[in-house]
Amino acid sequence: MKSLIDILDFTVEEIDELLVVANDIIANPKKYSEMCHGKKLATLFFEPSTRTRLSFEAAMYELGGNVLGFSEAGSSSSAKGESVADTAKMISCYADIIAMRHPKEGAPLVASMNASIPVINAGDGGHNHPTQTLTDLLTINREKGRFENLKIGFCGDLKFGRTVHSLINAMSRYEGNTIYLVSPTELKLPDYVKKDVLDKKNISYVETQSLEDVMPELDILYMTRVQRERFFNEEEYLRLRDRYILVPEKLLSAKEDLIIMHPLPRVNEISVAVDDDSRACYFRQALYGKYIRMALILKLLKEAGTI
Amino acid sequence: MNIDAIKDGFVIDHITAGKGMAIYELLGLDKLECPVAIIMNAGSKKMGKKDIIKIDGEVPLNLEVIGYADPDVTVNIIKGGTLTEKLTIPMPETLKNVIFCKNPRCITSVEQELDHIFKLTDKKENVYRCIYCESKG
Repeated sequence: MKSLIDILDFTVEEIDELLVVANDIIANPKKYSEMCHGKKLATLFFEPSTRTRLSFEAAMYELGGNVLGFSEAGSSSSAKGESVADTAKMISCYADIIAMRHPKEGAPLVASMNASIPVINAGDGGHNHPTQTLTDLLTINREKGRFENLKIGFCGDLKFGRTVHSLINAMSRYEGNTIYLVSPTELKLPDYVKKDVLDKKNISYVETQSLEDVMPELDILYMTRVQRERFFNEEEYLRLRDRYILVPEKLLSAKEDLIIMHPLPRVNEISVAVDDDSRACYFRQALYGKYIRMALILKLLKEAGTI
Repeated sequence: MNIDAIKDGFVIDHITAGKGMAIYELLGLDKLECPVAIIMNAGSKKMGKKDIIKIDGEVPLNLEVIGYADPDVTVNIIKGGTLTEKLTIPMPETLKNVIFCKNPRCITSVEQELDHIFKLTDKKENVYRCIYCESKG
């Protein structure tokens, strides 16, 4: 049973196929509006999420399917001590596909090992979030038209930011890209990502603390939120949170065709004054998230023989 | 130092000096009732110094554990006082409940029934990672 737990579960060719389908959905939404008629997506969200859960639900509704599930652990049987494995087996009796978010790393993998229906990892703690990576890839595909020979700047929390690690991993499979890592020392990209991904695949990268220095170079600027829950010390959090705030003045030296991405939610790292700049594409990125999830649900249900 | 010859059992040879006790513990040899000898820092032409474990009894041995702990060892199988087989143990691709994940954010930290499974991700550096959270073993 094919599931999506880690972005590396899919080959480059499979990702390309998903992008083709997502682009076709955008061009011909009616063609897809009944493809999942009578099918059910279970959204098992053991921790709160707005964007990811709602985009999965919107994706299934736009395919003509239905949705059931829960949006916090307190309203599920896990509050009574049910294991992830048992939950997955039980949900397999009621739904055709599962999207799971869980605070513990590896929980969706456990679900996929026990379910008889496909499982999509909708985020497992700070570990993997492959549908965000697919969303980012569709955004780059739509906005830049290519995955090669791009100068991509990642700015903010590069230490705990799982979306950053996954996207670096995904982009490392394409030729000629240069990665700019902009962060304070405390939030630098972990050495194992540099060693296992960038060095191993011979990807050129630059580490810097200055966003201004690299801004004129960039084709893509990927901003991230510094997450309060990663810090034990509120003062340290506030100091690092305010380190990089993107304001219109900082974009004066940027390329005309730069795209500014952000996985959202943002706190204050991108000023709302930037939203009107045509280079800001983070809300379009959220929309692309729905289309790529539609393509993903279709792919997994087709491979399972359900549709 | 005299240690009796083995009739039916095993000699785990060419253990990197200093790793003998770790292998003894990983294999759970302290729970055996048959004679077991650990020789540490024995002379070796090939290695300079080595550890050796002798087990005088036909007991089940988890060879995967040996391959994980020290992939250079050889296991000699003795039957009727004669060497019948000499095995070199490659590093296993997967380890199940041999080492345990210590990451408090891993699903194994809250679900006690789950097997702790590690996969070999870097042969050169001997790196095993938890299949659930990818933490190093």
